[in-house]
Amino acid sequence: MSPEVQISQPPSRLQLLADAVFRRLCVAFACLSILLVALIVWRIAYAAAPAASQYGLGFLSGRTWDANNGQYAILPEIWGTLYSSLLALFFGTAFGVAAAIFLSEGYLASFLFGLLKVFHIEFHSFWGRIPQEGENLLRNLIELLAAIPSVVYGLWGLFVVIPLIRPLCNWLHLKMGWLPIFGTDLSGPGMLPAAIVLSIMVLPTITAISRDALTSVPPKLRMAAYGLGATRWETILAVILPTALRGIFGGVVLAFGRALGETMALAMLVGNANQISVSLFSPANTLAALLANNFPEARPKDVAVLMYAALVLLGITLLVNMIGAFMLQRASGDREGGKA
Amino acid sequence: MSAGPSPIEQELNPLSGVNFADLEKSLLRPRTLASGLLSTLVAAMTILALIPLFSVVWMLVWRGGHKLSLLCFTQLPPAPLEQGGGFGNAIVGTLIIVALATLISVPVGVLSAVYLERSDQRNKLAQAVRFAAKVLTGFPSILAGVFAYGAIVLATGGYSAIAGAIAVSILMLPTILLTAEDAIRMVPVKMKEAAIGMGATSTQVTWMVSLPTALPGILTGIMLAVARGAGETAPLLFTSLFSNYWPIRHGHVNLMQPTASLAVLIYNFAGMPFENQVELAWAAALVLVLLVLVTNLIGQSLSNRQAQ
Repeated sequence: MSPEVQISQPPSRLQLLADAVFRRLCVAFACLSILLVALIVWRIAYAAAPAASQYGLGFLSGRTWDANNGQYAILPEIWGTLYSSLLALFFGTAFGVAAAIFLSEGYLASFLFGLLKVFHIEFHSFWGRIPQEGENLLRNLIELLAAIPSVVYGLWGLFVVIPLIRPLCNWLHLKMGWLPIFGTDLSGPGMLPAAIVLSIMVLPTITAISRDALTSVPPKLRMAAYGLGATRWETILAVILPTALRGIFGGVVLAFGRALGETMALAMLVGNANQISVSLFSPANTLAALLANNFPEARPKDVAVLMYAALVLLGITLLVNMIGAFMLQRASGDREGGKA
Repeated sequence: MSAGPSPIEQELNPLSGVNFADLEKSLLRPRTLASGLLSTLVAAMTILALIPLFSVVWMLVWRGGHKLSLLCFTQLPPAPLEQGGGFGNAIVGTLIIVALATLISVPVGVLSAVYLERSDQRNKLAQAVRFAAKVLTGFPSILAGVFAYGAIVLATGGYSAIAGAIAVSILMLPTILLTAEDAIRMVPVKMKEAAIGMGATSTQVTWMVSLPTALPGILTGIMLAVARGAGETAPLLFTSLFSNYWPIRHGHVNLMQPTASLAVLIYNFAGMPFENQVELAWAAALVLVLLVLVTNLIGQSLSNRQAQ
């Protein structure tokens, strides 16, 4: 060995031991996250087993929830969960995709250009970055919608949305009450305010994923459509949206999964009424809200029933989320295939 | 010259026969008009989608800021019909629960991410871990509470801060894991290979090269997860429940008792028919949103700095 100091050297025995320990530790922790999911499913299913064997599938199709007489069934809650989520998805998709188109089509740039053209200063380099910055700002603002805790949305819905839409809803009921969806009046909490707040909560998910799908449409397709003389919206409707459709749809399904599991805003706004109604203004209930309202004062024999309801919710959301994740994966697979 | 340009003229100037007035973009044409109208509609819908954000912020500042004072931070929640009061214990409780949840989820998340980054893409175990993380991403928050209730509250015989923290940590884990994996993958392979060439073990590479380099990205994930965890209500409702007393008494913290949190306080007070409680709920919401937003912004600024 030369006397000069070597920086590189083989690891000592202690270092090799530390390496082996740390590797195994990483594997153990990785296994822990799989175990966690398995444990959650097993724990809920195990606790639900007594109720599942007692009530069976009738639990899913009955309509009464009467803790005093030991009668439990959750069809109204399943209905309320699906109805509120689909309504929220309807509003959320319309506004979310619109915002995604606005953010991905360079509208701010053309607007700014048009504005500056009036003053004949449109070619100054100072303006170059502004549209980009503006789009980033708008995107961050929409993402902020996702950062606000759901209990704050519940509070806001209770004191802002309900008083705001109540006169309009009652007017609609008065004039068009023969339509089943306007069949009752809005006396306070109800389906529509819950769905509106829920749609605001799922909008950021839809916008973010749709925007990704729209911006990853190959620019050549757009150029070709413009070159053929299509207007901006002919291009969007005939070329860009169909190309990005699968990605957008995957985002919508993921948002559906989020809407199904959302708890607090619904527990505060949906009204907790155990009934099935197509009216937008009648109070209803959802699975998550049922759990939130009944768990804190549950007696031991109620717990199994609530666990059964939790198991149903778990099954529905897992199914929807897997479909969404699968579709997004296929959408990105398509794109990679297109490039090759 | 009467009708149209002659062939020679067209040869010399291909644009001579074109009526330029026809090429002018005109809103009078149905196609252009439809395009313009749809563009306006989309712009209007984007603005409309942002109105709730401004409305929430305005209400928080107006109603919450109106009530917010130093007393809110030092007083305990008032009894019904009592005036004044605050939510100091809820702030401390939220901080305790989130800190505990972070302590649980950070080691699991980051070490799992280290494992994922090291293992082959086609490794079955790695795929299963990634799948588990994705499942947890879309996991309804109330079910984390249900799980913690079944596994901790029933087992230990009482509501506690620990049970709440475990429920929240389940929701924080996927964010930390997936962002940490991305951040560690972004570390240039050359740096790792250089370290391996110097004779470093893979543990040394992880601790001295990968993790320090990926730290901003990992911290971003942690901050985003903390922001989400602090705002969660559903998993706390029946795990840490609520308490009208301070979580820290006589200088020591009791983690095995019901603990107040801002989110549960807002939920409880929002439904009360008393003006004072509702005002306090707004003030608590303002504090909670500020807490969440500041954490979020810190996280985002960390990752922006890394990107530049």
